[in-house]
Amino acid sequence: MNVSMDTTPAPPRLLATRPAADTLLLELSGSWRLTEPLPETDEVKGSIESSKNIGQIAFDTTRLGDWDSGLIIYLMRIFDACSKAGIQVDRKGLPEGVRRLMTLAAEVPERKGAKRGIQKEAFLSSLGGRAVDASRAAKDIIDFLGESFVAFGGLLKGKATFRRADLLLLIEECGLQALPIVSLISLLVGLILAFVGAIQLKLFGAQVYVADIVAIAMVRVMGAIMTGIIMAGRTGAAFAAQIGTMQVNEEIDALKTMGISPVDFLVLPRMIALIIMMPLLCIYADLMGIIGGLIVGVGMLNINPIEYLNRTQETLTLTTFWIGLFHSAVFGVLVAMAGCLRGMQCGRSASDVGYAATSAVVTGIVSIIIATAIITFMCEVLGL
Amino acid sequence: MGGIAAILVEDLDMAYGDFVLMRDLNFTVNRGDVFIIMGGSGCGKSTLLKILVGLKSPARGRVFFGDIDLWAADPKTREAIQRRFGILYQSGALWSSMTLAENIALPLQQYTKLTPGQVREVVALKLALVGLAGFEDFYPSEISGGMKKRAGLARAMALDPDILFFDEPSAGLDPVSSRLLDDLILELRESLKTTIVVVTHELASIFAIGNNSIYLDVEEKTITASGDPRKLRDDSPNSNVHKFLTRGEEGSHNE
Repeated sequence: MNVSMDTTPAPPRLLATRPAADTLLLELSGSWRLTEPLPETDEVKGSIESSKNIGQIAFDTTRLGDWDSGLIIYLMRIFDACSKAGIQVDRKGLPEGVRRLMTLAAEVPERKGAKRGIQKEAFLSSLGGRAVDASRAAKDIIDFLGESFVAFGGLLKGKATFRRADLLLLIEECGLQALPIVSLISLLVGLILAFVGAIQLKLFGAQVYVADIVAIAMVRVMGAIMTGIIMAGRTGAAFAAQIGTMQVNEEIDALKTMGISPVDFLVLPRMIALIIMMPLLCIYADLMGIIGGLIVGVGMLNINPIEYLNRTQETLTLTTFWIGLFHSAVFGVLVAMAGCLRGMQCGRSASDVGYAATSAVVTGIVSIIIATAIITFMCEVLGL
Repeated sequence: MGGIAAILVEDLDMAYGDFVLMRDLNFTVNRGDVFIIMGGSGCGKSTLLKILVGLKSPARGRVFFGDIDLWAADPKTREAIQRRFGILYQSGALWSSMTLAENIALPLQQYTKLTPGQVREVVALKLALVGLAGFEDFYPSEISGGMKKRAGLARAMALDPDILFFDEPSAGLDPVSSRLLDDLILELRESLKTTIVVVTHELASIFAIGNNSIYLDVEEKTITASGDPRKLRDDSPNSNVHKFLTRGEEGSHNE
């Protein structure tokens, strides 16, 4: 059957004749391959269904060229029609290979219950299903929080099982390696804040207060938010993808069966790394933001650099600084939690890993914004 | 159809960087052969398979399919040759985000002009051939390892390839499933006249299906025996080959 590729094969042909009164003889010729358009079965089916007096169908394949699955699916359709019409099929005329493959295909019957029909769900039941899913998701999150908390407790008692090398590597990955992107973004945010502020302040001739705006905005909240969002996109997604891939490869199962808690081993070092590095990155981002403001102040508004720095120093209080750091520590926990949670919830396929990473970023950013709102409100109440 | 070369390998060297795995490999796979590539672990069986199918380039040498050297051909010709292959990877390598039906349908949609209805019929036929009738809508993560392997075979067979490559087909299968897979391999050769190349070290399979083989020797770094594996077992002068084919039980000629 493996005729060389370059010969152009004859097109598939089907000729139906009636050698005997009750027999329909189908003569197959030419090459019957998947890559070629095959003749329609309608004609044969039509003659099978219309003529009442056909008792059996026979085949003549003496002029049949190449064939592959194309021929087999064609024949299966004809056989189907025959069995519906109660017509006998004489397979003797078919090539041996075809007969063997058809027998093989029929050998293992369809497993009962394997076939999945499309199920249409009633509105109420789908609504209920969603409610159940939502409560399950909420329970998952609470479970995860609890487990992480217990793991932290274990850490304080000195019972954590992660490897110190992993922690150091993670600290490098989410700290040092994030510096370039954090520099760029915070510098630009500082520039933007100063620029937008300058246009308004110029109206009152109060350009020098640009330093105040930039310093307070950056240090109190923007530095922390910007690093938080950068880390959610950079590190949170990476955590979810790493842990998700481990889930796909059954590596998490391997940890569990070895008696190592995946939360202890994978989640805890990631959280610690981010809780340590986020505030440090935040301080760095604050500095870069102030430098950005300085560039606009000196370059555009002709403020003396020393004057600008003095204003910045005067306006910044330690409270503002601590509030900024508190934000960033909270964001560190949130980003690490979102990444690890989505990773642990990951399904077992490649697209599940992609979904886990996306969902880690979304969860991270949303929780950062909500947390900022809550903290801002709390500070207001406390009068800070 | 015996005697016509399907694959001809000449003076092939395989290496990873400076580390030479095998050198001076010369062999011919005939049309309709079930050709076994055997050898101990780490001898480069799977690497050889990767070179044959065009995934890894050889350090030296030529691999001919017909008159065309796979590694000297331009990308288009190489693709045309590769389209005649079907490959069953060690763990199935099914695309995990697609159902079994979608996995098998993809090459059909890509390379044939079949209507969606015909594609469905071909998919059903291929799944039935590997004993998975009715599992169209399952995802790879929902079926067992053995079923994944069979589904991988169904995908490899989707376009009725001239040459089927198997990487460790019986690894991870229970004896009965592994036997069924062997039977299926023989059936494919008989009915579709497919040429089959198998990388394996499962002795039972080797003797059950192989009619031609090469033995890659780790120490000699080349082919030290070739031919019908049953004949090699019974009268190979090479002690390593004999040891391998008798599981190290010297003097025993039983499987």
